[in-house]
Amino acid sequence: MLIAVLAGLIVSILYIPFGKYLRGRLAILVALLPITLFAYFISFIPAIQDGRHVHSHHPWVPSLGINFDFHLDGLSLLFSLLITGVGSLVFLYAAPYLKGHRYLDRFYGYLSLFMAAMLGVVLADNVLLLFIFWELTSISSFFLIGFNNGNGASRKSSLIALGVTGGGGFLLMAGLILMGHLSGSYSIQEMLGSNEFLKSHTLYGLILILVFAGAFTKSAQFPFHFWLPGAMKAPTPVSAYLHSATMVKAGIYLLARLQPVLGGTDYWMYPLVVIGGITMLYSAFHSIFRTDLKSILAYSTIAALGMLVFLIGIGTAESLLAASVFILVHALYKASLFLTAGVIDHETGTRDVTQLSGLRKVLMPLSVAGILAALSSAGLPLTFGFIGKDLIYEATLQTTGFWMIALTTLALLTNGLLLCAGFMAGIKPFTGNLPDSFAQVHLPNGLMWGAPLLLAILGIILGCAPWLVDDALLNPAAYVMHQSAIDSPLKIWHGFNLVLLLSGVTLALGTLLYIVRKPSAASLASIERYNNLAPKHIIGSLARYARKISIRYTRTLHNGYLRVYLLRIIIFAILLLAFRLFTGGPIKLTFDTLSPISIYEVVVVGILIAAIYITVTAPSRLTAVVATSVIGYCICLLFVFYSAPDLAMTQFTIDTLTVVLFVLVLFRLPPFLNFANRGVRIRDGIVASAFGLVIALVAIQVLNQPVDGTVSKFYGDNAYLLAKGKNVVNVILVDFRGLDTMFEIVVLSIAAVGVVSLLKLRLKASEKE
Amino acid sequence: MELVLVILIGVLYASGIFMLLRRSMVKLLIGLILLGNGANLLIFLLGGITKGKPPVIDNAAKLFTDIYADPIPQALILTAIVISFGIQSFAIVLLKRVYVLVNSDDLDDLNTPEEEDI
Repeated sequence: MLIAVLAGLIVSILYIPFGKYLRGRLAILVALLPITLFAYFISFIPAIQDGRHVHSHHPWVPSLGINFDFHLDGLSLLFSLLITGVGSLVFLYAAPYLKGHRYLDRFYGYLSLFMAAMLGVVLADNVLLLFIFWELTSISSFFLIGFNNGNGASRKSSLIALGVTGGGGFLLMAGLILMGHLSGSYSIQEMLGSNEFLKSHTLYGLILILVFAGAFTKSAQFPFHFWLPGAMKAPTPVSAYLHSATMVKAGIYLLARLQPVLGGTDYWMYPLVVIGGITMLYSAFHSIFRTDLKSILAYSTIAALGMLVFLIGIGTAESLLAASVFILVHALYKASLFLTAGVIDHETGTRDVTQLSGLRKVLMPLSVAGILAALSSAGLPLTFGFIGKDLIYEATLQTTGFWMIALTTLALLTNGLLLCAGFMAGIKPFTGNLPDSFAQVHLPNGLMWGAPLLLAILGIILGCAPWLVDDALLNPAAYVMHQSAIDSPLKIWHGFNLVLLLSGVTLALGTLLYIVRKPSAASLASIERYNNLAPKHIIGSLARYARKISIRYTRTLHNGYLRVYLLRIIIFAILLLAFRLFTGGPIKLTFDTLSPISIYEVVVVGILIAAIYITVTAPSRLTAVVATSVIGYCICLLFVFYSAPDLAMTQFTIDTLTVVLFVLVLFRLPPFLNFANRGVRIRDGIVASAFGLVIALVAIQVLNQPVDGTVSKFYGDNAYLLAKGKNVVNVILVDFRGLDTMFEIVVLSIAAVGVVSLLKLRLKASEKE
Repeated sequence: MELVLVILIGVLYASGIFMLLRRSMVKLLIGLILLGNGANLLIFLLGGITKGKPPVIDNAAKLFTDIYADPIPQALILTAIVISFGIQSFAIVLLKRVYVLVNSDDLDDLNTPEEEDI
């Protein structure tokens, strides 16, 4: 199973060297990968049907609990088949759709990467592994939305999508780590055992918020739904594959997967039902105002995702079964509608439903696909959508009291609106009179109309014969969510009851709406007036404000003045050291251990301080340099007093050299300029004095500590015995730490090379600027 | 005597920092030198000061017979002095070079223009 998941990744890498050979007719070959995988996953159906699960384990980073643990059960299988099945058709469809495109190889690379990542999400048992694949789907989606990278709107949409899903993914990671940490295992199967513990833990609320944030952003739930309509900038095969059938369902998958771990409480149920309900009504309502085919489909996809969240939230056996059926129903008809819209766009050059009509005369097989898919989405009897819709109503009717009425009404309204949207996308373009401008439109490559037709027909076949999939696929999937057997075979016909009545009402409502409402630019404009109140606008302006604040913050902090940086660093160091001194206890002084003061030392220190004063206040550079050299020589004297002859000699030499260099190089410079005003000088003076004081206090504190002399003693004892030298300092430098000294010489040589080359450098006049 | 040295170190540090905060590049360089001297003295002081007992073994002996000044701070400071000379000489030449090019000793003249729209 590891190979099945990684195959997509490997193939996507292979596109880099071999991709250019695939531009021509060979493009069909790329579909071999998803088709093979589809066949591979089909082969698991009997095992899953018998209630067996497949598990594979490969260690990756065992010390962190991250392993390639894959687990295939009913739910994973349903999603895997969707991913590879729809994937196969999309791979085939995209070959003629993007024929001759410069970046066709790149496109397939992203698509393979996405497929691998998505398979990883639905098969991973380790939550951290799941998270990695989860992020990979966001990233590949980013590239695919921005595939037409010459288009500014495309790039912007892809950034928004990445921002929203990536931000949610970040929170999800926190949630998953929290779950893993609390339950002591990162395996979902093992978490199932500690679900009661997790649910009663005080952090349960936080886990839910984080997991919901991940799922809602990925599955485009209100108020994060806005990235999905923007994602329609991607080529249509991508919209069909990522943004309707598979990737956006990753959030649904996550909720379904965690339902037995975290679900069953009020805290789980109410947010899902409420958010799902708002999402489905809000975007179903929006969908009927759109005039762009893909926009209509995008909003109706959001509504369908809301419906799925809503069903998972209800959490009864019926609703979970309804959810798993609806996942399949929706994938079939929505992918079909998207692919149909893609062909229309490809052949006529427009996606505006107000202009499209009568295309059945020129695109006959495609119109069959579109109309069948629209009927399935409408839930007419004998379509798979009918079964899905029935189950949704059964699920809402299972609840009691106020909830039953509220949820059923909500579902009814949404379904009615969605039906209208489905008709607009699937039927409207094909009915009516054919305008002259479309008379030359002709059928494209068979793969392009074949793919949506196959999906649409599959929707009808499953509608007539649901027993093909119920035991094999849907019941096992619902079983995973509910953790107990659901024994209700899907039925084509339920008899005359309330559910059928509701279906009828939906149909009547939606059809009425479709006949009465004519999509037009005016109605689109009427709803776009409220864009300022839309979540997209609000979140967008939040993002802009954050950007402004960060720019201002950076400008203040990083203003380009060296001394301001220094000032901040020094003030921070003062505060840090002062805090440590303050908390470190009182500063003590033991006078008896100090050495006595003699007059010549005091004189030298006096000269030193006078020289420092002159250096700081000197009006001319030469005075300052000379005073600096006086400081150096006085320190040299101090070294002589305190038994450091080597230091004294070095200091003397170096100081002389520095002064000579200074005078030689800088004699032509202008006199010192006093740039700073009095206030600034006083401020700097205070900061500098404070720093000096803190350092002095630190020095006093350290003086109180006993000196550990073992290392010094080692050198003293062994200088002659081991190294045959009598000057211990010299022996340390050239013998014990000889390598250090060698590198020091290297550093000096580099500095010398720098000095010489800077002095010798003659810039041309043009380079002086 | 240690206390006097502590005060001296404090003054060296304070004046070094003060000079570092000036706009003139020469002053910045002098500040660096002062700070370096302060740091050297600090290390020296923390090793403990001993008068008239350099860490050199008598010609006749193979081992120390008397107490001697701690050699480790001395070795460290020696390295520090030499390295700081390397930095200083490079900085001085660099400064000269900048002056030739920009004709100014003012650090603010070296700032690249702010990019207005980030």
